[in-house]
Amino acid sequence: MHQMKMYIRSAGNISPQHSLDTETFFQTREHTSGNHLKAIEPDYGQFIDSKMIRRMSRIVKMGVAAALTCLKNGKVEMPGALLTATAYGCLEDTSLFLRRMIEFEEKLLSPTAFIQSTHNTVGAQIALMLKCHNYNNTIVHRYFSFENAISETALLLEEGLGPVLLGAVDENTEDRQAILSRFGLYRKTISKTAVQGNKYSGNTAGEGAVFFLMDKDAGNDPLACLHAVQTIYKPETPEKVELSIIQFVETNGLSMKEIGLVLTAHNGNDDEDRTGRNLINSVFAGIPHFSYKTLSGDFPTSAGFALWLGALLLKEQKSPDWLFKITFPIKNILIHSHFENTHHSLYLISAC
Amino acid sequence: MDNLMQILKKQIIERLNLKDLKIENFGDDQPLFVEGVGLDSIDALELIVLLQQEYNIKLSNASDGPKVFHSVRTMADFITAHRAAVKASS
Amino acid sequence: MNTPVFIAGMGIISAIGNDLQTNLQSLIASETGIGKMHWLQSEHQSELPVAEVKCSNESLAEKTGLSFQLPRTALISAVAAREALKNAGWEKNNSLRTGFISANTVGGMDKTEDFFKPFIKDNAKGKLIDVVHHECGAITELVADYLEIHDFVSTVSTACSSSANAIFTGARMIRAGQLDFALVGGADSLTRFTLNGFNTLMILDKEPCRPFDENRQGLNLGEGAAYLLLASQKGIEKMNKKPLAKISGYANANDAFHQTASSPGGTGSFMAMQGALESSGLKPGEIDYINLHGTGTQNNDMAEGTAIQRLFAPSFPKMSSTKAFTGHTLGASGAVEAVYSILSIQHGMIFPNLRLKMPMKEFSFQPVTVCLKNHMVRHVLSNSFGFGGNCSSLIFSAA
Repeated sequence: MHQMKMYIRSAGNISPQHSLDTETFFQTREHTSGNHLKAIEPDYGQFIDSKMIRRMSRIVKMGVAAALTCLKNGKVEMPGALLTATAYGCLEDTSLFLRRMIEFEEKLLSPTAFIQSTHNTVGAQIALMLKCHNYNNTIVHRYFSFENAISETALLLEEGLGPVLLGAVDENTEDRQAILSRFGLYRKTISKTAVQGNKYSGNTAGEGAVFFLMDKDAGNDPLACLHAVQTIYKPETPEKVELSIIQFVETNGLSMKEIGLVLTAHNGNDDEDRTGRNLINSVFAGIPHFSYKTLSGDFPTSAGFALWLGALLLKEQKSPDWLFKITFPIKNILIHSHFENTHHSLYLISAC
Repeated sequence: MDNLMQILKKQIIERLNLKDLKIENFGDDQPLFVEGVGLDSIDALELIVLLQQEYNIKLSNASDGPKVFHSVRTMADFITAHRAAVKASS
Repeated sequence: MNTPVFIAGMGIISAIGNDLQTNLQSLIASETGIGKMHWLQSEHQSELPVAEVKCSNESLAEKTGLSFQLPRTALISAVAAREALKNAGWEKNNSLRTGFISANTVGGMDKTEDFFKPFIKDNAKGKLIDVVHHECGAITELVADYLEIHDFVSTVSTACSSSANAIFTGARMIRAGQLDFALVGGADSLTRFTLNGFNTLMILDKEPCRPFDENRQGLNLGEGAAYLLLASQKGIEKMNKKPLAKISGYANANDAFHQTASSPGGTGSFMAMQGALESSGLKPGEIDYINLHGTGTQNNDMAEGTAIQRLFAPSFPKMSSTKAFTGHTLGASGAVEAVYSILSIQHGMIFPNLRLKMPMKEFSFQPVTVCLKNHMVRHVLSNSFGFGGNCSSLIFSAA
């Protein structure tokens, strides 16, 4: 674990909620239906020139719009470095090219889908639009993609390469939905109550693109302060996870009593429920908690949504009426994200 | 020839996702690349595939591209000439 | 770059050899690995030369003890990574932290392609085992688990500059005192997906490629895996061995010109090379050898050459593209060429740029065409320029 204090100066988030405009997010709850949570997309014409839009896939447009919103909110035109975290990259275009390749037996294929399928396309298109020649990297490490990108962000900030435009993007596609359903990861249907409070009613796929402007200095009116991030890979026992959480909080000079809210990743999968529930009864006992995946759905970089939500709640010191009631003021939020019992991550953020 | 140009315009707009370009505003002699419609090297590759898929013409030399794809008219001329050559040799 | 980052060991598997020693021998003997497609099953088998690792998946599985059903990228990654650790004499030590940062662009696509064939007709079909390791990160996790390295594990994917960036991510963490050792590099195996993808861009040569030749016709795809074991001062002292080399410079810049084409002036290439020099404190004249990105495409070689002309004129170091041996190994290329750069330093050799008949008329330099021996090589610049404008340059120096 690396202590890495940095400021979240601003953010831009496209998700299955009305997150791109935070005022709308506070007022309007998006009701979900079907067996996955789909991102609410803006009119991209307000962000991207039509000549560039025509070739961009959905995930690229989402990433670009989120990144530009983040920069606008942070009043910064050019980041010092650009990091994108994505586990799947541009899945739709990958599927498209693959399908055509098979259907046409490797003949008469056209390039656009292939070009747009590489994992670094989102980061590349953002750089292209900004004419940003600065440091640019894409991290693609499954459910730790975003956490590893934050680790790199801390190092870049230390070297004076900030502010860093840091993003977490992953899309859900029909193919992904079908395949992961076959693995038993995603249920066939979701309950109508999936967005309310802590009702876990089925493992639900989601997607999103969120960008943050991270800096060593607070700048003007930051959203929140990120103190530390830690990953735990394949813990041998549930006790190991509990111990790690306590140590994580204490190493950062706090006790569990000082955590005002825990954002958890409950998403209804039985294995996860067992892990999640134990923590709520043990380490998180008595602390208000909320499952962010009921809003974002599950995808490898969904912790980005949790970070966005946590930062927003800390900044505004209020929560939407349609979310469950939280008592404010809150000074510290702990995020526990996990996938099955193989990938756990912890984030500690506080109000500035 | 005019009909072919109309068809080509429709195919180009569709394949290259040029949503803002209306057929009535798409000039027969309007340059396709750099200026005019403003296409780029990836679009050129897409047009090569278009020729193959829709017209069964293989442009084996990418360097012939700029000449053939200068405008809708030059594309139509190329296709017409190719069809005539195929007819003549059969 | 003040805190030293040493290279304690290396491992490689490529079209010109299944291990470090064989790769070196092929480089010295000018024996290319590019030829007719054999293991990859494709409609283009007779048409497109490629540079394959001369091993079946079964044979790779045997070498590693892993399952032959795993993606080929994971198998070759395991071979090279394990060699790097052995070459370094690394042993797991709980008081020293070791990270594994690997790059790839294809992930488990070779298996996913097999899955998709029945899947697209009926989405209840296709063997699920074929898509378990589809993700780029899954390949890295497989190999990290195999090597039992868990202090820090990550995956980078920035097209052709991927493993150069992975190398430097590890170096950065060592400099910051977060790791004592970092096993860094990358792997990519050939797949129909990439072969056909590159074919749609019309940048594949139907003959063995000729980087930096006036009449070059494009690139040949290759496959391979290569890793460096980086070590901190503390790490190398614990090992009680002389380092092979050190990393003295690095830069990552973005061309920001076009999704696939490089800007004519080679802006990204120039900024990456200049940035690497600045970070190393070296002057252009102190570079003894440039391992070119040199894919053999019209566009790359022109852009890279223009940037070199601008940065080094009037006096140019020796240079060559080893892609004429290995083909373009995509995500692995930065690491494969890092290994060759360090071999160059270790053995005092400049490896040839094969099949160069006519140098590009635009430039006042040309790559070397024969293997130069007994050459003083202290500083090597290695370039990796990719799609999406991701340009990275590394400088390796004698330790």
